[in-house]
Amino acid sequence: MKDKLLPLDRAISENLGPGDAVVLGACLEPDIPFAATYEIIRQGIGGLNVIAPISDASTDMLIGAGCVAEVTGAWVGNVSGGLGHNYRRALEDGEPGPVIVHDHSNFSLAMALLAGAHGMPYVPLRSILGSDIARSNPAFRRAENPFSEAREPVVLVPPLQPDLAVLPVQRADRHGNAHHWGSAGLIQESALAAEKVILLADEIVDAEVIASDPSRVLIPGYLVAAVCHLPGGAHPSPMTGRWRRDNQFFEDYHRVSRTRDGFLDWLREWVLEVPDHAAYQKKLSQRLDDLRITGTAPAAITSYAVA
Amino acid sequence: MSYSTQELMIVAAAREIADGDVVFVGMRLPIVAYGVARLTHAPNAVGLFECGIVRYAPAGAVLYTMGDPPNQMGAAWATGLIQVMGQLQRGRVDAGFIGGAEIDRFGNINTSYIGDIAKPRVKLPGSGGAADIAAMAKRLIAIMNHQKRRFVEKVDYVTSPGFLDGGEARSKAGLGGGPAAVITDRCILRPHGPRKELHLASVHPGHNVDEVRGHTGWDLKPLPGLAETAPPSRAELAALHAIDKEGVWR
Repeated sequence: MKDKLLPLDRAISENLGPGDAVVLGACLEPDIPFAATYEIIRQGIGGLNVIAPISDASTDMLIGAGCVAEVTGAWVGNVSGGLGHNYRRALEDGEPGPVIVHDHSNFSLAMALLAGAHGMPYVPLRSILGSDIARSNPAFRRAENPFSEAREPVVLVPPLQPDLAVLPVQRADRHGNAHHWGSAGLIQESALAAEKVILLADEIVDAEVIASDPSRVLIPGYLVAAVCHLPGGAHPSPMTGRWRRDNQFFEDYHRVSRTRDGFLDWLREWVLEVPDHAAYQKKLSQRLDDLRITGTAPAAITSYAVA
Repeated sequence: MSYSTQELMIVAAAREIADGDVVFVGMRLPIVAYGVARLTHAPNAVGLFECGIVRYAPAGAVLYTMGDPPNQMGAAWATGLIQVMGQLQRGRVDAGFIGGAEIDRFGNINTSYIGDIAKPRVKLPGSGGAADIAAMAKRLIAIMNHQKRRFVEKVDYVTSPGFLDGGEARSKAGLGGGPAAVITDRCILRPHGPRKELHLASVHPGHNVDEVRGHTGWDLKPLPGLAETAPPSRAELAALHAIDKEGVWR
């Protein structure tokens, strides 16, 4: 199989272009590829449509950095602080530029990615009936359930097929076969719906390790464009069994990003003047070490023996 | 026994959970309420988290987000969002808790836009899973701070549907369920009558009807038999203290 291991800067520059639709993390609060968020900002890729159920402060950072033209999602803010200051400035004042919002709920976005993943023309939904989400996002259609004798309104959700999904996983081999565990959010739907997938692997392991437990495989390697080896690449978000959430980082970001100047200072310090993930790790230093989960709580042995 | 306003709200929220209920828990205050309910009157309640987690016993440590490692360890199920939220659409979820920035007299909740959608005065984060929980759980329990700017005649944007324009509007829209209670720092509101308008059901100790009405943006009517919210019992407080060891909510 093809060796797909690439440094992050090449993985991004070869697979993401201006105006693309991109999923950066799909597990809601855990497993958000902040290292990729920072690299996209450093490369200055603009006009993006960011698709995410909830990617904590990642979307807010990209908006503030001027990389975002559209948001397709259920929630944009900072889970520790609530409101996203850059999101507010973009929508309320057009700063640093206007952003078009395609409103979703978590479940409507889930159905859009599910449809995209499996080639369905649309998915009927009972949710968001009665919600203004079905009105403010013109992509939705109202219909009647054709199988029901009584009148039964449904909302039809069109598919989403992002150009790229960047997804952190605990471990992968060099060919892109990957294990992911813990809550999965929409990671599998996103991986299957996207045209291309980049994995940020916390650990690169031998192919035999992944093959030993195929039920834990999130995505087989033939669907993956590139694998980047980035321990702690999801920092400050948590990763099951590997990293705790850096709550202080989110709180600090929320506080300083309250003003545009404060955000720009933050951006210089944590993104623009940090050349790559290795430098970011070095900058965090002891702080990152303290977030590492060092205990073990192994699952029971799972056997696939044939005789 | 002394207790804080937040502790009273947690206990009031716990009382909304019946034994055996399947509950969309959410973060912060409701997650503690879920724990109190499990330790007191609802030992068989099941907790659902939209990131893809199902739990029996609540996590053993303070959570900042539902995906934090302590919520993963010992979960009954770690799976995808669709496996969990799909249970809402399947009709299996008895109760769900949400918060909000604005609520109106029919229990509609706004977490999206204050002002005009095209140029909002405040852009709020959006639905997350709240619109889905409000649309499809059998009972919705909202938890909010009670201020006049939050309790409004009509919300600017219905993120999470309550009874819409009241009466039969919700069922005509194709929705079952609906708001069962709104727990605030002053009182508890419940829908009442054919219009399904929120009425004052009980006032917390130390608060009064005039004060609550003064902080409500519509002509809030009391329910017949309006009472004082029952203070936390010894058992409820003991359960709460067993969960909130750090005293975050005291």
